[in-house]
Amino acid sequence: MVLEKSWSSRLFNIAIYFVLGLIGLLCLLPLLHLVAVSLSNRSASVGGFVTLWPVGLTLFNYHEILLAGPVYRALFVTIERVVLGTAINMALTVLAAYPLSKSAQEFKGRNWFMWILLIALLFNGGLIPWFLAIRSLGLLNSIWALVLHDALPIWNVILLMNFFRELPRELEEAAIIDGASYWDTLFHVYLPLSVPALATLTLFAAVGHWNAWFDGMVLMTKNENYPIMTFLRTVVIDLNLQVLSVNPEDLYNLSDRSIRAATIVVATLPILMVYPFLQRYFIHGIRLGAIKG
Amino acid sequence: MNAILYLPSSILDPLLCGRKSRMGRELTMAIAEQRTHVVPARRTNWRVYFARTWPLYAMLVLPLIQLAFFHYYPMYGVIVAFQNFNPGLGFTRSPWVGLNNFRYLFSNPDFKTVLWNSLFIAVAKLVTLQLMSVSLALLLNEARSMLFKRTVQTVVYLPHFLSWIVLGGILVDLLSSNGLVNRSLTMLGVPPILFLGSNTWFRPTIIVTNLWKEAGWATIIYLAALTSIDPGLHEAAAIDGANRWQRIRHVNIPGISSVIILIACLNLGSVLQAGFEQILTLYNPVVYRTGDILDTYVYRAGLISARYSLAAAVGLFQSAIGFILIVVAYRLADRFSGYRIF
Repeated sequence: MVLEKSWSSRLFNIAIYFVLGLIGLLCLLPLLHLVAVSLSNRSASVGGFVTLWPVGLTLFNYHEILLAGPVYRALFVTIERVVLGTAINMALTVLAAYPLSKSAQEFKGRNWFMWILLIALLFNGGLIPWFLAIRSLGLLNSIWALVLHDALPIWNVILLMNFFRELPRELEEAAIIDGASYWDTLFHVYLPLSVPALATLTLFAAVGHWNAWFDGMVLMTKNENYPIMTFLRTVVIDLNLQVLSVNPEDLYNLSDRSIRAATIVVATLPILMVYPFLQRYFIHGIRLGAIKG
Repeated sequence: MNAILYLPSSILDPLLCGRKSRMGRELTMAIAEQRTHVVPARRTNWRVYFARTWPLYAMLVLPLIQLAFFHYYPMYGVIVAFQNFNPGLGFTRSPWVGLNNFRYLFSNPDFKTVLWNSLFIAVAKLVTLQLMSVSLALLLNEARSMLFKRTVQTVVYLPHFLSWIVLGGILVDLLSSNGLVNRSLTMLGVPPILFLGSNTWFRPTIIVTNLWKEAGWATIIYLAALTSIDPGLHEAAAIDGANRWQRIRHVNIPGISSVIILIACLNLGSVLQAGFEQILTLYNPVVYRTGDILDTYVYRAGLISARYSLAAAVGLFQSAIGFILIVVAYRLADRFSGYRIF
């Protein structure tokens, strides 16, 4: 088009790229600064000379954190939680979404079950009754508290239910005529057709479990049971570096700032590693439910 | 909130697929017609019925147990708001005090501050977030280089996937008195600002850092809506001599206005949700006057000071209002855009 090449249009393009570039940089610079600080030596970090590039490049901060044990313990709690939690989340989501995707004619009582789910979605008792309930179940300080309290993500159930409903019914009918039970149709018809949807929900559930910290802070009363994000909170928000158990003889060589930055990087690295997959899938995530051609 | 992620196909199908999905939609409708064929009323033979459908009931057993223990049991626990809860006596034997906790609460000036802070911060966040994400989506839509657009998208979506602890840790350092931001300000001749330790600056800091985390992610729905605008409209406007700015103003913005209104309606449901995790991470006693919100108040009163009943009363107040707001929000969204969650 002629218009696209005009002088004012070019100026418009430059302005667009400039503003977008600026916004992108504003989002990214804090993260680059973090990495730079985590790789800088003590004097540069304490003196505040680090901007976006490490000054006095050193891996000493990482070395010190990773040499001491507590980070591994927290990472282990989180990995346990992510694996157990995601598996249980997905199992319960599928088990709830499939029956609810049936019509009330086919599955009597379906609407009652739907209301039970919706009320739980729309109304909650609040933090205190939630905490008291979990405490009275005797789950404090147990990994099961972290795994089970949100084991049925209701939004995901509704999402998957909508997805199931839009799959062609004929496939299931054909299987049923051939003598398949509902278990068979779920496992051999619906689930294979929903792999991309399930992958999306799995990734998001896993990231959610990795990032969760408040439940860890409230439901775990001992430091050694903290998942990594709750542990990180103690280090970077409560500014308590003792929990890291860094070798005291090395402390005079370290800056608090760099140690904190390095701990953040260690706790975030796994998210950054799955981020490309997340990005590929999340467009899928919002298309979830749209019928595939 | 991940609401965007959960928009149902009824909205997204036309939005995302636009004209391309016409065939798909016809197919869906044909299937829907077949599904709703009338079944003559007949008395159910329950034995035959259950022989076939028992797996559907069996599948729901575990999800219902989870709901019972972790949703409905805590819901029953709201009775502590009407008790003087004593952990030793439990839910059933603690003494009842009627509405005393609520009376105490509504006469307490702290509660008014906290309520106002929640409302102010939540509304400011919702408004700024929507303005920012709509503008950003319109800008991204104008970028002609796909590589550039993708790169910017990758970068602005990233903070959404980091927890408030990670972002909070970065911010506490960045905004400290000798952090990067204050050092830059000093170079420009501006005296250092305590962003997280000043009642003037705390709220703006919360609002801006919220944009950092969520504005990019929130563009997704608007970008989807923009791709569904008929290119014919743009061609027609260009032939009529509209420049790019005029096309944004008169084609793109009206084209996504229904989605903007829909998101605004749904936002109504969260005007008491000021962002618990963010504030709990970033606030401190100095800024309680401007930054303490309902959730943090509940947390401190209940779990730090162990005044369970008082905190539960605040929580119940918030849940009840929140419930009404969400129902109203869904009603409005349904009225204006035919939005249904299922």
